[in-house]
Amino acid sequence: MSGLTDLTIAEARDGLAKGDFSAVELARAHIAAMEATRDLNAFITETPERALEMAEASDARRARDQMLGPLDGIPVAVKDLFCTEGVATTAGSHILEGFVPPYESTVTANLWAAGAVMLGKTNLDEFGMGSATVTSHFGPTKNPWGPKDGKDLVPGGSSGGSAAAVAAHACLGAIGTDTGGSIRQPASFCGVVGLKPTYGRCSRWGIVAFASSLDQAGPMTRTVKDAAIMLGAMAGHDPKDSTSAPMPVPDYEAALTGDIRGMKVGIPKEYRVDGMPGEIERQWEKGAALLREAGAEIVDVSLPHTKYALPAYYIIAMAEASSNLARYDGVRYGFRVPGASLDEMYENTRSQGFGLEVKRRILLGTYVLSAGYYDAYYLRAQKVRKLVADDFRKAFDHVDALLTPVSPTPAFPLGERMEDPIAMYLNDVFTVPASLAGLPAGSVPVGYSGDLLPLGLQLIGKPFQEKSILRIADVLMSAAAQSALPLE
Amino acid sequence: MAIDKTTVRTIASLARIRVPEDELDHLARELDNIIGWVEQLNEVDTDGVEPMTSVADLTLPRRDDDVTDGDYPDRVLANAPDREGGFYAVPKVVE
Repeated sequence: MSGLTDLTIAEARDGLAKGDFSAVELARAHIAAMEATRDLNAFITETPERALEMAEASDARRARDQMLGPLDGIPVAVKDLFCTEGVATTAGSHILEGFVPPYESTVTANLWAAGAVMLGKTNLDEFGMGSATVTSHFGPTKNPWGPKDGKDLVPGGSSGGSAAAVAAHACLGAIGTDTGGSIRQPASFCGVVGLKPTYGRCSRWGIVAFASSLDQAGPMTRTVKDAAIMLGAMAGHDPKDSTSAPMPVPDYEAALTGDIRGMKVGIPKEYRVDGMPGEIERQWEKGAALLREAGAEIVDVSLPHTKYALPAYYIIAMAEASSNLARYDGVRYGFRVPGASLDEMYENTRSQGFGLEVKRRILLGTYVLSAGYYDAYYLRAQKVRKLVADDFRKAFDHVDALLTPVSPTPAFPLGERMEDPIAMYLNDVFTVPASLAGLPAGSVPVGYSGDLLPLGLQLIGKPFQEKSILRIADVLMSAAAQSALPLE
Repeated sequence: MAIDKTTVRTIASLARIRVPEDELDHLARELDNIIGWVEQLNEVDTDGVEPMTSVADLTLPRRDDDVTDGDYPDRVLANAPDREGGFYAVPKVVE
């Protein structure tokens, strides 16, 4: 049944509809693939029994001619930052040890309502804080495109487990979350499609919070069409998230017309940073040329505050993280280290429960929010955030989307950039501006580095215009004739 | 140096994270380095710029102030590291 794991979501949906195979057969093939690729450490928790139950229920619905959802019988993987009722949810952290949510996140509930089948929970940087899936309490995930020159490669992060599972064909699609690039950068590193929707498009309810003004859920798939199908199932207004947009969800699949003639795509000159490797620049130029050949108009644009997006992002994200992570106190759930007093228990629990990078960010977040420093750091960062968002607003008066690199490098060896936090933060230089502005942005695989590692390009769209970027991404990926499959 | 050993001790205490004495120096250098890097924001002219507190260009919806959930203490307490009866149990705070 190995052929079943080579299908796209769209093909699997059609195969199920025609009766070529059952949801149980599809689930079994992916459970076997998940087990065969355990060496990658893409999953923290495998849920094969739940997958088979859900697949049986899907087959039963089909047999009874019941209403079927758009993902009926499709096996997917879930980043372990989404709370799943009755299934351990770790956020990649020791501090959530033993936590089994008594509720289901809205996005995963939407997936199950659409008929999707849960294969398991994927690995991530602790609380989503990282760009390489190396800060997880459960060990790093390996990129299926490695090893290279005898060294294992990182899958990117923080949704590295989801990206690796999709690239390794251990699932048909996966969901991730993106705060500053955590869907797009691993998608680029693993040669898959990743889409961060507009802030507010997908509910944040039941997602373990990192930085609430930035966090957003999105799909990770092997084709743009599959991303469109998954996003349609995940998105929608949710009264339980006050920032969820009360807007109808369009038919994203129908937006993939293959026709981008007359669309204007901007090339922001500030993304041409010093020291950018030639191979990244060449892919970017190739992408622009392919879009031009397909009938789009390529326009030079300027986003003058781009350079300041990264430091502003880190101040805001750390500040919000220090506040959000105050809840982990060893009292109501998770890990506890005893202490003689209540304060000592808090301190023991938090110092042993959190990893190094998370502690670093909590401490810095506490610092930038503390009396006397608030104006100098946090308030200033919020003002810069406004300037970054205004840059985009002005650019979008003239263009429908922007095309940029995703990351300054392809996947790098595991163990690199571990000593220098700033070197790791620089991974996010091209992805955080769209995050600060809350804009939809996706990563599309378009080619390879000199070392034959996948490289993606980023498309950034206007608020709630996921349709435009999906349409352009679909044309771009087809034109690049890029296979997202790992080399055998 | 914006962040020294004393600052780290203070913010660690505010954040309820224990930092061993022998790690203070290293951590102070590391955090100070990051703060030094974000201080490039001082180059930006932000006079008269309104801080952006939310990207959602929406008026926050109001809802009725009704109880719509709850009344299942066992489910709520199921994840507690320590419990007694219907309560979370913590070290004694009042003598």
